[in-house]
Amino acid sequence: MASLEIAGIHKRYGDHEILKGIDIAVEAGEFLVLVGPSGCGKSTLLNIIAGLDTASAGDIRIGGRSVRDEHPSERDIAMVFQSYALYPNMTVAQNISFGMEMRKVPKEERERAIDEVARLLQIAPLLGRRPGQLSGGQRQRVAMGRALVRKPRIFLFDEPLSNLDAQLRLDMRTEIKKLHQRLDATIVYVTHDQIEAMTLATRIAVMRGGELQQLGTPAEVYSQPSNTFVAGFMGSPRMNLVPAKLVAESGNLALEFQNGDAPKVRVALPPQPEAVRAFAGKEITAGLRAEAISHESEERNGGRAAVRARVEVTEPTGADTLAVLNVAGHEFTARLDPDFPLRAGVDGDFILDTSRFVFFDPQSGERIK
Amino acid sequence: MDAGTWESPRMARGRGNRWARAGIFALLGFFAVVYLLPLVVMLLTSLKPLSEIYAGNMIALPQEWTVEPWRKAWEEVCVGLVCNGIKGYFWNSIKMAFWGVTISTAIGAINGYVLTKYRFRGDNLLFGLVLFGCFIPFQIVLIPMATILGKLGLASSTTGLVLVHVTYGIAFTTLFFRNYYAVFPDELVKAAMMDGARFWAIFFRILLPSSGPIIAVSMIWQFTNIWNDFLFGASFSTGESAPMTVALNNVVNTSTAEREYNVHMAAAVIAALPTLMVYVFGGRYFVRGLMAGSVKG
Repeated sequence: MASLEIAGIHKRYGDHEILKGIDIAVEAGEFLVLVGPSGCGKSTLLNIIAGLDTASAGDIRIGGRSVRDEHPSERDIAMVFQSYALYPNMTVAQNISFGMEMRKVPKEERERAIDEVARLLQIAPLLGRRPGQLSGGQRQRVAMGRALVRKPRIFLFDEPLSNLDAQLRLDMRTEIKKLHQRLDATIVYVTHDQIEAMTLATRIAVMRGGELQQLGTPAEVYSQPSNTFVAGFMGSPRMNLVPAKLVAESGNLALEFQNGDAPKVRVALPPQPEAVRAFAGKEITAGLRAEAISHESEERNGGRAAVRARVEVTEPTGADTLAVLNVAGHEFTARLDPDFPLRAGVDGDFILDTSRFVFFDPQSGERIK
Repeated sequence: MDAGTWESPRMARGRGNRWARAGIFALLGFFAVVYLLPLVVMLLTSLKPLSEIYAGNMIALPQEWTVEPWRKAWEEVCVGLVCNGIKGYFWNSIKMAFWGVTISTAIGAINGYVLTKYRFRGDNLLFGLVLFGCFIPFQIVLIPMATILGKLGLASSTTGLVLVHVTYGIAFTTLFFRNYYAVFPDELVKAAMMDGARFWAIFFRILLPSSGPIIAVSMIWQFTNIWNDFLFGASFSTGESAPMTVALNNVVNTSTAEREYNVHMAAAVIAALPTLMVYVFGGRYFVRGLMAGSVKG
């Protein structure tokens, strides 16, 4: 495994700029997930790392050395494709060993490596079959086997789970994570699924429109999103983003929510950093995760601010119940205990964990910190 | 709609339908007979002694079956002034067709590969220009082609004819392979690149093994065209180097005392046999290969 540096990568097609200067340094053994809506340039970036596409400007360094001028076959990178891209005319064993064959690895060594990978991925009974005779999950395993067997410096995954059904996707996700831990491999993984990104990554790079929005650990991206886009994109349900007025109240700050003709709701805030205090008296976008809202009767830690709210809709998911609450005319989604008796159309007292509020500049959408 | 009242389509059953079906088969049978009749007459004529032919009835079965006309056509019949049979010309055609088909198919495959998997600026324009070759009538190029063959020292040789057929065939074979490879997944090529394969390894190990249907199409198409060609053969070959089609014409036009229709028919059937065999044994691959390209394309 090796480190990977993505330095100032630009990609243009004519006037259209697909990547607008991406800088990411990935350390050896890291699991980096590139996530973003379709068209954000994440797959193009992956192809540029692989050498299957060329950058208009910038450099890719693997293990500290530039691979800009190297053919994909010389970069010692393995890639798992969305369609698996198994060679239809070869058996599973031949598919797995093709890369070693191209690199003129002796036959005995190839066979040993195939056995090892087949054991690791539990595909030994499939070695003699052709891709056409395999199920989706089996093809996925073989595609991973083909990448693993070469022990490359870096693994690239291009939406590898998007063609699997829901249950299999969860299983394979766990398996990929286990593999990463066992092999200590450097992985760059592209997905549009933010849950996949959260569960797999050691670091997440959120992209939009060819720009890096945020680079950080899953926890950072989740609870301290750098802007309203990241706040809305990551996490399910998405972060509550509500316009509010920041007011100073005898030396302390408070938020005032009000929409339409609903009565005003005021929430006192714990001490805030200087940048937030500078917004006192101004409009602000307040962000709060659903699990930071609880019913009065639930025991949760953190700053407390009680609000009266109407339950608009409840969505039980089994593990917990999502409730859409009406607070001063604004909708908040709350993640509540499923055992809690809750009916739509009823008012209740809810507690906001005020320590978990994050604030965004309503003009730029950037987080105030 | 519940399962109890659901009925299978009536089209497949019923009395009226049976008559319609009989009508269809009758019509098909009639046309089959019409189309097969010339071949039957040829075969019957080639298996009769000459006396029976001059006696009259064309469609009648031979009273005395004989393969003598076939032997004579193969070994003894006069082609122009030489009376060694058509066998030499048959081999000329085999050689010409073999090399013409092989080379044009190989070049077409490589062209198709490059035009779809190694895209470059202006590739579609180039492909359009190659396609142009499909629409150039043979007659237009006769004189320039003769000049070039003369300059290359290939006039009146089988090699020269192979060159002409390859040149003409590339337009078609490129079209076949380009359209077939256009729907061949790019990810497979990318995966092979990541696996360390380069230009030729990708072509021979990844694309070619999946190209069976289109190779069949290209070879059948090229074989039929090259084997059946008369114009180029007549224009660019003389005497001993002529292909089968030209020789057949010479056999029929050689004036002797009496016209040996049975020998002529035997020679004609021999000339037609290879293309016939190709269609009988390769026809389904031809259809399948054309479908493979068109359905996804």
